[in-house]
Amino acid sequence: MPPLLELQNVHTFYGHIHALKGVNIYVEEGEIVTLVGSNGAGKSTSLRSISGMVRSKQGSIRLDGQDITSMKPHEITALGVGHVPEGRRIFPLLTVQENLEIGAWNVTSRAEINRRMEEMFQLFPRLRERFQQKGGTLSGGEQQMLAIARALMAEPRILLLDEPSMGLAPVLVEGIFEIVKRINAQGTTILLVEQNALMALEVARRGYVLQSGSLVLQDTSANLMNNEMVKRVYLGEN
Amino acid sequence: MLDAGRSSLGSVSARSVLGWVYRFILFPIGQMLVFIVGAALVLTLLSYLLALLFPEPRPNISLMTQVNRQLPGMIVSGITIGFVYAMIALGYTLVYGVLKFINFAHSEIFMFGSVVGFEVMQRLAEGGNLPGWSPVLLVAFVVLAAMLASGLLAVLIERVAYRPLRGAPRLVPLISAIGVSFFMIDVVRAFQAITRNDFNLTYPLNNLEWIRNPVKLAIGEATVNIRPTQFIVVLGAVVTLIALNYFVNGTKLGRGIRAVSQDMATAGLMGINVNRMISLTFFVGGAFGGAAGALFGMNVGTVTPFVGFIPGIKAFTAAVLGGIGNITGALLGGLTLGLIESFLNGLLVYFPVLGQRYTDVFAFSVLILILIFRPSGLLGERVDEKV
Ligand SMILES: Nc1ncnc2c1ncn2[C@@H]1O[C@H](COP(=O)(O)OP(=O)(O)OP(=O)(O)O)[C@@H](O)[C@H]1O
Ligand SMILES: [Mg+2]
Repeated sequence: MPPLLELQNVHTFYGHIHALKGVNIYVEEGEIVTLVGSNGAGKSTSLRSISGMVRSKQGSIRLDGQDITSMKPHEITALGVGHVPEGRRIFPLLTVQENLEIGAWNVTSRAEINRRMEEMFQLFPRLRERFQQKGGTLSGGEQQMLAIARALMAEPRILLLDEPSMGLAPVLVEGIFEIVKRINAQGTTILLVEQNALMALEVARRGYVLQSGSLVLQDTSANLMNNEMVKRVYLGEN
Repeated sequence: MLDAGRSSLGSVSARSVLGWVYRFILFPIGQMLVFIVGAALVLTLLSYLLALLFPEPRPNISLMTQVNRQLPGMIVSGITIGFVYAMIALGYTLVYGVLKFINFAHSEIFMFGSVVGFEVMQRLAEGGNLPGWSPVLLVAFVVLAAMLASGLLAVLIERVAYRPLRGAPRLVPLISAIGVSFFMIDVVRAFQAITRNDFNLTYPLNNLEWIRNPVKLAIGEATVNIRPTQFIVVLGAVVTLIALNYFVNGTKLGRGIRAVSQDMATAGLMGINVNRMISLTFFVGGAFGGAAGALFGMNVGTVTPFVGFIPGIKAFTAAVLGGIGNITGALLGGLTLGLIESFLNGLLVYFPVLGQRYTDVFAFSVLILILIFRPSGLLGERVDEKV
């Protein structure tokens, strides 16, 4: 059986900038896998390549064995890939409700949309209180919740999370990681990109370390946390 | 069912039906009334101010008397042309909202609507069965045909002339749009020259009794002749504007268009086919241009392949005046500009040297002043405001 998601020798460019230089990543169904690396390493670019926001020049990206390398973002979404992009990217002038409805774009049954929305309110009670508020007026933490909930409205098979803890108070960061675990326990596979490598490795089963567009390490989280280089560079230990 | 937006919490109750009626019918109508009354009031006050400042702009002409006499007429024709501008302005604004691009070929989409409207009516007339149609049905049929034709044309133009240029520097699609504009004018001109040997197209309104007899309205010392076509324009505009408001704010597709206009890349991530939404936007904007074209044609009677330029650029002014990218702004801008123009038209004749021919100078001065002092327009840029 092929892994749920598999990147083979993926090269991605922004104009002349070679952002991914032959990346190989796989994610098995049910896993939480994390991608760590410093600024500009290519973490977001990896996620963007998977969801089709940028098209990779070379290599292949497969979902459940099916080649999705040159598909459009909306086609990839329809196949079960959810992407919470860097910086949340809430629709600022749509209400919380409308943002969630947009997340369930391919769901036609109103009852089903309502059921999922109710589920999201269980997960993020704050969103229920902010139901009719414009997305742009939410606080940073609330926007992050909304971004995750919006992606979950499509009930993706795999969720790509790009720095969900960015800009959040430490208490909220804990909360977000709790949510990540819960979502995973409910059956969603997760590929998590994080600056906060310690937290990420704590929730993930396996991890990859990216450095300027290339993978330099891959191992189980436990092993990565004990790796000298990882400790020094990403966990800030001496 | 009635209101997809509101029904998720709780059932569709009598209250939510009322809410729906308020949100999608009463509110837009109220808004239009406020804009009309507001703009008309301001201009009326300005006219009287003018009459006080220049009581006798020419010997033996009392401006006060003229203002009194002409006021209702100026307001009626201002509202009529204002709605036409508003409908065209919507096309600019909708497209700008999603692509941040001024579709300068929109004036020809409007022209195409007026030509199609003529063709439909002319063919019915040539078949001899024009008088047999009920007025409402005839107008609806002609307008719908023009909407469909212009909407499809706009979709085609986007597909052929703009989509391949997406991602190119901003000036490039603009130049393409101007090219499309000239192309359209010449295609229509050639077609009419070949098939009709003439490109002054006169709507066959003569054998329609109901369209020729104006309604006389006396208000004090003033009388206004309201032509039935003016009723048609206003009524047609109000109906289509209400429909547009519902489409954009009350339907799933409208929500998709708004999402694309706020963040195209993220909209794609949500599963929205962005290109389809862009086509849809062009269709809707084009259809409004087409409706405006047909209504305009019925109102003025004669159209040509060149008829799009001036209304197009004025509607663009209206869109900028209201705040480009903002749908409510297009309505406000259109009505304001229409009324300004009609007041100028009515009053400039009484001033020496100046005359009606200076109306456009003043109208475009509005554009320049807005661009200098308030480039975001009266209502600002709401569709694509980033937080
Ligand atoms: N739109 C773009 N145009 C040009 N270059 C880009 C673009 N986006 C990213 N890059 C470049 O590609 C490289 C990888 O960027 P990416 O956003 O993937 O980094 P990242 O690992 O997510 O970093 P961060 O932790 O700061 O988010 C960087 O060198 C960046 O400058
Ligand atoms: Mg990043």
